[in-house]
Amino acid sequence: MSLSTPTLRILLYEGEGAQPLAAADRYAAISSLLEKGYAVTRSAADRPVAPADSSPMLVLGRFPGSPPDVAETDIPVHFHDITALAPAQLADLVETVRTDTGTAQHGAWKPWFPVIDYDRCTNCMQCLSFCLFGVYGVDGDRHIQVQNNDNCKTNCPACSRVCPEAAIMFPKYKAGPINGDLVSDADLQKEKMKVDISALLGGDVYAMLRLRSEKAKSRFSKERDSDKALAERQKCLIKLAAAGDIPPEVLMSLPSPEEIARRAEEAQAKAAAARGA
Amino acid sequence: MSQPPPSILYCHCKYAQVVPKEVKDAVLRRLCESGVAFEAVADLCEMSARRDPALARLAQAGPVKIAACFPRAVKWLFHQAGAPLSPDQAEVLNMRTLTAEEIGTSLLAVDLHANLPVGKFAPSDQPTATSALA
Ligand code: SF4
Ligand code: SF4
Repeated sequence: MSLSTPTLRILLYEGEGAQPLAAADRYAAISSLLEKGYAVTRSAADRPVAPADSSPMLVLGRFPGSPPDVAETDIPVHFHDITALAPAQLADLVETVRTDTGTAQHGAWKPWFPVIDYDRCTNCMQCLSFCLFGVYGVDGDRHIQVQNNDNCKTNCPACSRVCPEAAIMFPKYKAGPINGDLVSDADLQKEKMKVDISALLGGDVYAMLRLRSEKAKSRFSKERDSDKALAERQKCLIKLAAAGDIPPEVLMSLPSPEEIARRAEEAQAKAAAARGA
Repeated sequence: MSQPPPSILYCHCKYAQVVPKEVKDAVLRRLCESGVAFEAVADLCEMSARRDPALARLAQAGPVKIAACFPRAVKWLFHQAGAPLSPDQAEVLNMRTLTAEEIGTSLLAVDLHANLPVGKFAPSDQPTATSALA
């Protein structure tokens, strides 16, 4: 699945040159398109809608004659008369136009991914080090970023539990504050819900992230005690399992201390490259 | 000339059951019956994930009322898509906690009650060149 494919913009036009739809028909038409994953603009004279951009546009309406003229534009605009179409046929018509225009297909992926609240985030990088699937990265200023949304494991909120600031949301999660509800002091106190990522390592990977010299790196690896790391990692697994909503495949494949250290180095190198670009 | 009312954005939260179906259906029905102009999107989360340019055009269209979920989530979904909402120009109505009646009334009212949470991060603080982890 590619998240960068352009999407088709659909405009339900009921202005001059078109017959308005009855409210029930309008609802049925818009609902059927939303259920297929499309976005629909319903235009009217009372208030603005978003302006056109370069996205291909499909204009739907009940056009008794020829469709209205369009001001000269580089945007590919398609018109379709929907007078005789039932909602299911309407969805089929739009699907045909979507295929013809090569625009994005919806619904192939459940949009489950972390969203960072930068008002809370302290850029500690625990989420980046923890995530198994390369969802996080850094920008040119070494600020944490969600970069590969579609790598995220559906229904796994594990990284929100390692964030010490409750800064990671999953808007489709069932409960607050992970769902975006306000963070209370009590939420921050719930240390039992938190997993200390540095415990996974038996050492301080974040100190290593800050100290870039080779000397610092070798000290880090000497100080790490593998038995202690293993014990801490097991403790971490138990805590995550107790949270009750981490998918088993994530629990089974928590990163090894070496993997976490490797990711931390990789992230740092890429941040340096981005800064130099 | 008087200002036009804020534009309206409705999120159908298509790919999850976190917004009660009866609430989102009733809000959409009310919009359709009112005859006003509005934008309806299947799933703001999906649009944010694909950094859909539609989010930028929605964020830049001036004052906007958004029927979706928690204002904190909506604020950062737009931000993450590179299309930050202006804090004094956006009102988010939470379909997870409010009734359809409350939301419909607020959406159609002409006055805007901006309610995005405001914190240390300035809306202009956008990410710089990216460096993805492989
Ligand atoms: S763990 Fe939380 S505070 Fe730390 S960088 Fe990630 S989002 Fe920010
Ligand atoms: S923004 Fe909120 S209401 Fe909209 S799709 Fe995401 S979780 Fe659902």
